[in-house]
Amino acid sequence: MNRFVLGLVLGMLTGGVAHAAGPDLGAVQQSATNWPAIGMFLFFVLMTLGITYKAAKGTKSAADFYAAGGGISAGTNALAIAGDYMSAASFLGISGLVYTSGFDGLIYSTGFLVGWPIVLFLIAERLRNLGKFTFADVASFRLDQTAIRIISAVGTLVVVAFYLIAQMVGAGKLIQLLFGLPYLYAVVIVGVLMIVYVAFGGMKATTWVQVIKACLLLGGATFMAGAVLLKYGFNPETLFAASVQVHPKGDAIMAPGGLVSNPIEAISLGVGLMFGTAGLPHILMRFFTVSDAQAARKSVFYATGLIGYFYILTFIIGFGGIALLMSDPSYFKLGAAGTFDKLKDMIGGTNMVAVNLANAVGGPYFLGFISAVAFATILAVVAGLTLAGASAVSHDLYAQVIARGRTTEKHEVNLSKISAVVIGIVAIYLGYVFENQNVAFMVGLAFSVAASCNFPVLAMSILWRGTTTWGALAGGLVGLISAVVMVVLSKAVWVATFGNAAPLFPYDNPALFSMPLAFATIYIVSSLDKSRKAQRERAAFEAQFVRSETGIGAVGAHAH
Amino acid sequence: MSGSTLGLRGGAPPLKPRAVGADIDPQIERIVRTPEFQQLVAERTRFGWILTILMLVVYFGFIGLIAFDKSLLAVKVGGTASLGLFMGVFVILFAFALTGIYVARANTRFDALSAALKRSVAR
Repeated sequence: MNRFVLGLVLGMLTGGVAHAAGPDLGAVQQSATNWPAIGMFLFFVLMTLGITYKAAKGTKSAADFYAAGGGISAGTNALAIAGDYMSAASFLGISGLVYTSGFDGLIYSTGFLVGWPIVLFLIAERLRNLGKFTFADVASFRLDQTAIRIISAVGTLVVVAFYLIAQMVGAGKLIQLLFGLPYLYAVVIVGVLMIVYVAFGGMKATTWVQVIKACLLLGGATFMAGAVLLKYGFNPETLFAASVQVHPKGDAIMAPGGLVSNPIEAISLGVGLMFGTAGLPHILMRFFTVSDAQAARKSVFYATGLIGYFYILTFIIGFGGIALLMSDPSYFKLGAAGTFDKLKDMIGGTNMVAVNLANAVGGPYFLGFISAVAFATILAVVAGLTLAGASAVSHDLYAQVIARGRTTEKHEVNLSKISAVVIGIVAIYLGYVFENQNVAFMVGLAFSVAASCNFPVLAMSILWRGTTTWGALAGGLVGLISAVVMVVLSKAVWVATFGNAAPLFPYDNPALFSMPLAFATIYIVSSLDKSRKAQRERAAFEAQFVRSETGIGAVGAHAH
Repeated sequence: MSGSTLGLRGGAPPLKPRAVGADIDPQIERIVRTPEFQQLVAERTRFGWILTILMLVVYFGFIGLIAFDKSLLAVKVGGTASLGLFMGVFVILFAFALTGIYVARANTRFDALSAALKRSVAR
């Protein structure tokens, strides 16, 4: 039972929640085996394997494998997008942050949400009209296939790699804590299952795993928030008043605290979260699974609603944790005199607020359910990432760059499956290697690279006539390298990992600098590019423009 | 991205003289010249950018207040809840509302223009 878990969790809040999409649970001790949670998780696994089997039988063409045949409905796609976005850490991490700091948790919730309108207004429909399977299809529509596919695939793989490492390490620790399984077992189980989903079931299986998990997570969180509100007569004001009474920071939890002390840091974080969303490859891929631009548009609308609703729930859950858990010593590791620090001594650490609250409002079986959902969440997110990475290797690097289009669909899909297996094995290995490393910065880095490499290349190639291959290539590289270098020189890596005295780059989040740098490079290099090829590329904008705006000539739902 | 250089700004882009060696599909040119296409692109582009700017202003306004005027956000609104809390929830609802407004407009106006364009091209 999780109440008796002897986990010791540190980290996360020291800059970790800055990257709240990936849990960094610090040092964890293995806990007693949690059978109800394992039972419910096994049920989830069996169900998803059944779906994978069914999906595998229906997955024949490349369009089936990469884009579920374009046959996903707007509502289903919205759930899948929301599922991709609601990682275990945004559930556990943000509710934990609300628990310790109150209002500050809301800063992350809003940051994670506001990227979606931008995706809708500028990207979603045009992406669907122009693309086929990956966002590189769109970026390279009128530009040089080789160069643009390489930079897009590199951007994709870098984002996938960092995101995946963070998720694998988080998964290992979380499962150790929730299920009482050894770290390595947990990492291997996650790795093997994600390989099975992706390699056999392709996008169809990956989508449905994500949809089921999204429903379970939304259902579980709704129940928890409902149970909390019920105790306070469905009056949030009463809940807040009760929370302020027991929280050591008192009334300060209702106002912005120390989380955002530096304006530049705050804005840079916001830029990274907002535009990173519009450059995450596993999310962008989802727009090719629907039949047309109308469906793409609707899926963003529904997904924004679901994600916003989810973040409001995590906020209530965090406050529920304050009001219901803080005065109950059974959720804390007690000191010598039976005393405990409400903010530091929670059993399992503050990331376990939602899990402990599940026990408080729903008893041990609901606790098992929420633990199983947290595991399922990680599994679904890593499967989506693996598929995005495998597609970049097979569809972009192999089919277009290495084989130069001279390959068969069957061969390409097989290669994608092999890539999924390789990515899975590498992810297990990296998850193992990074067990005791600080990985908190990695999701933040993934968002920064997505905002500074993928998004500028994609946006400029769609929106600006003047973009040329050289411009996009140079801008993408500058964005990628500057984002990575700035993070390496920042406190999280330069000081925490390499042990230097002071960071060379003063901020944790580079996007405010690296993204404009990428846009400026694309603009300047493209403007200076007077080659014949550049002229042809500018002239080809017209055809791309018509198709992106109208969908005339777009790849249809079952065109293959 | 400066506005005047964006192909999408301010309506349909002017037709440029043919670039060297480029083959422009006459069908494409015909579509670009139709008033329906020009109207669709002008309206949707304008609308999309207005909503984008609104979102940016509201979100970075919120972040700006957090960064520069914490005490304003701490002001109490009815008992315990602070102004900042209402504003945070407002940002979330505003983001959702904006996507709803865009979809409503796109489903009616832009889809109608798009259908008219396709009819006109098919003629």
